Amino acid sequence: MFTTLSDRLAATFKNLRGKGRLSEADIDATAREIRIALLEADVALPVVKKFVAAVKERARGEEVSGALNPAQQIVKIVNDELVTILGGETRRLRYAKTAPTVLMLAGLQGAGKTTLAAKLALWLKDQGSSPMLVAADLQRPNAVNQLQINGERVGVKVFAPEPGNGVGDPVAVARAGVAEARRTLHDVVIVDTAGRLGVDAEMMQQAADIRDAVSPDEILFVVDAMVGQDAVNTAQAFLDGVGYDGVVLTKLDGDARGGAALSIASITGKPVMFASNGEKPTDFDVFHPDRMAGRILDM
Amino acid sequence: LSRDVIDEDTWEEIEDLLITADVGVAPTQELVARLRTRVKVEGVSSASVQDILREELVTLVDPSLDRSLAVDRKDGKPAVVLVVGVNGTGKTTTVGKLARVLVAEDKQVVLGAADTFRAAAAEQLATWGERVGVPAVRGPEGSDPASVAFEAVRTGIEQEADVVLVDTAGRLQNKAGLMDELGKVKRVIEKQATVTEVLLVLDATTGQNGLQQARVFREAVDVTGIVLTKLDGSAKGGIVVAVQRELGVPVKLVGLGEGADDLAPFDPAAFVDALMGVTAS
Ligand SMILES: Nc1nc2c(ncn2[C@@H]2O[C@H](COP(=O)(O)OP(=O)(O)OP(=O)(O)O)[C@@H](O)[C@H]2O)c(=O)[nH]1
Ligand SMILES: Nc1nc2c(ncn2[C@@H]2O[C@H](COP(=O)(O)OP(=O)(O)OP(=O)(O)O)[C@@H](O)[C@H]2O)c(=O)[nH]1
Ligand SMILES: [K+]
Ligand SMILES: [Mg+2]
Ligand SMILES: [Mg+2]
Repeated sequence: MFTTLSDRLAATFKNLRGKGRLSEADIDATAREIRIALLEADVALPVVKKFVAAVKERARGEEVSGALNPAQQIVKIVNDELVTILGGETRRLRYAKTAPTVLMLAGLQGAGKTTLAAKLALWLKDQGSSPMLVAADLQRPNAVNQLQINGERVGVKVFAPEPGNGVGDPVAVARAGVAEARRTLHDVVIVDTAGRLGVDAEMMQQAADIRDAVSPDEILFVVDAMVGQDAVNTAQAFLDGVGYDGVVLTKLDGDARGGAALSIASITGKPVMFASNGEKPTDFDVFHPDRMAGRILDM
Repeated sequence: LSRDVIDEDTWEEIEDLLITADVGVAPTQELVARLRTRVKVEGVSSASVQDILREELVTLVDPSLDRSLAVDRKDGKPAVVLVVGVNGTGKTTTVGKLARVLVAEDKQVVLGAADTFRAAAAEQLATWGERVGVPAVRGPEGSDPASVAFEAVRTGIEQEADVVLVDTAGRLQNKAGLMDELGKVKRVIEKQATVTEVLLVLDATTGQNGLQQARVFREAVDVTGIVLTKLDGSAKGGIVVAVQRELGVPVKLVGLGEGADDLAPFDPAAFVDALMGVTAS
C-alpha cells in the first residue's frame, strides 16, 4: 500500500531502465497514479482529468526526461501545478472606499459560517477595525443566539433585531444592519446568513436578495474541507445563484485532504482567501497555497 | 464477442458516475471489474449493463441488513440512543427529527443536551424539544458532557420514558482528547442503562474522509447505525457504500431537509437509483 503520491510514483518507476525519456507507457502509468492520488484527496473528477492532462504534457518534456529521478521531478511538477491553481490570485480583503465595508457569508448548512463570522470579526478587530456582526440567519434553530454568544466571546457587537427561529425577514435585517453600522461608526459589517443548498432555488434567491440589499464588498463562500465530489456542483450553484469573490475553507484541523480547495479554485477561478482550523475564535489564518498543495498530496 | 458490445467509453462513463458519487476509487474499480466479468460471462448488451450495475450496487448496500432502531425499553429502563459525528453534520437536527418520529409512535422521549461546548447548542436542542413536544435535559455551558448525559438518562429512568436521545458535540475524529471524552460519555451513561443505539451522523456531501470518520467513531463508541443527512442536496452520499463495505455498519436513516418531518428510513433501492441519477417518479 502506497499512501503518498511520491511513493506511488517511485513504485511505478522502479522498473524504469536507465535514464532518459519516459516512454508513453511510463507516462500513462504516472498519470494513473496521479489520478488516483487526487481522487483519493477528493479533487473533483473533471478537475482531475484536466489536471492530469496538463501534467502528462509536461511529463513528456525536457525537465523530466533529463531528470536523475523522474518520480521526484514529476511530484515537483504536480506540486507546482497545484500551487499555481490554488494560489493563482491570492489577495487581501477589499475594503469599501466609504465605510462600512460589507462582508457577506454564504454556504451550505453546517459549513462553519457562524463560527467564521466571529473569527473574521476578531481578526479584523486585531487589525484595528471596529467590526459588527449581523444575525441574518433567522431560520436555523438558535442561529441568532449562537452568533450573539460568539460575538460576545470576541467582544464584538452583534446586531440582532429579530429572534429568528422562523421569525423575521433576513433581507430587512441585513439592510438595517448596514444602516446601523453606518450610524454607530462600525467600519466593517459581517453578515451571517442561513445555510442553504445549491439546489434550493428559493433559498438561493433569498441570498441574492440579501446581496442586493447590502451590496457587499466581498461575498465569501464558506466550504467544509471534508466535502467530496459535490464541491464543484455546489461551488457553481452558489456562483450562479449569489456569486462570490473569495472562498473560505473550514475544518482544516481535521484529517481530510481537502481536494475541494483545488476543485473550487480550478472551476471558479475564485481565490481561497482564508482557512478555518478549529472551533475557537483564534483558529483562523489566511490561506497558504503551498501548505494546501502538500496536504492534498499528503506530503 | 460481448466484450465488444460495451465500448471503453461506456465503462469510463460508469466509472465516472461512481467516482462523482463519492463511492471512492477502490470500491469503484472493484465494482467495474465485477461488472466486466459479468458482462463477459453473461454476454449482456449495453442497455442492460445499467441493470447489472444497479443490481451490484444494491447488493453492496445489502438490503438484507437489519436497519431497525433499538428504541424499546430494555431491562425495565429506557432505550438510550447516542448521536455522534463530526462538526455540523446534522446531529442536533437528527435528534429533533427522530424525537418527532418516536413521539408519533406514542413513545415517551427525553432529550439530553450533552453538547455543552458549542455556542447555543443546548438552546438549539431545547428548541427542537419544544417543536416536537418533548423535554430536554440541559447542563450549564462548559459543564461536563458526561454528567449531562447521565442526568438525562436518570431523568428518563425516573419518568419511565421509552427513549432517551443524547445529542453530543461535533468533534473531528483526529482529536484524540475529544474522542476519549465521547467514550466517557457512553461509559457514564452505561452506569445506569444500556446504550441501545449509537448513531453516527454522516453528511452526504462528505468525501473520502467519511470512511475515516466511521472507522474512528466505531472504534471509540461502537457505532450501530449511520444517519446519512442532507441527501436533499446534489450530493449522492456514495461514501456510505465504502463504509458499509468495510465496516458493515448499516445506514439506518436519511436526512432529507431541515424540517421536523424530513427524516426517513434508509431505502437501499431508492438510494442506488438516486446515486445512478435515476429520478424517482
Ligand atoms: N473543528 C472545527 N470545527 C469547526 C470549524 N468551523 C466551524 N466548526 C464547527 O462546525 C459546526 C458548524 O459550524 P457553524 O458555524 O454553526 O456552521 P454554519 O455554516 O453557520 O451552519 P448553519 O448556520 O447551520 O448553516 C460547529 O460545531 C462549529 O463549531 C473549524 O474550522 N474546525
Ligand atoms: N438540507 C438539509 N439540512 C440539514 C439536514 N440535517 C441538518 N441540516 C442542517 O445542517 C445544519 C447543521 O445541523 P445541526 O443539527 O446543527 O448539526 P450538528 O451536527 O448538530 O452540528 P454541531 O453540533 O455544530 O456539530 C443546520 O443548518 C441544519 O438545519 C438535512 O438532512 N438536510
Ligand atoms: K441527493
Ligand atoms: Mg450558521
Ligand atoms: Mg449539534
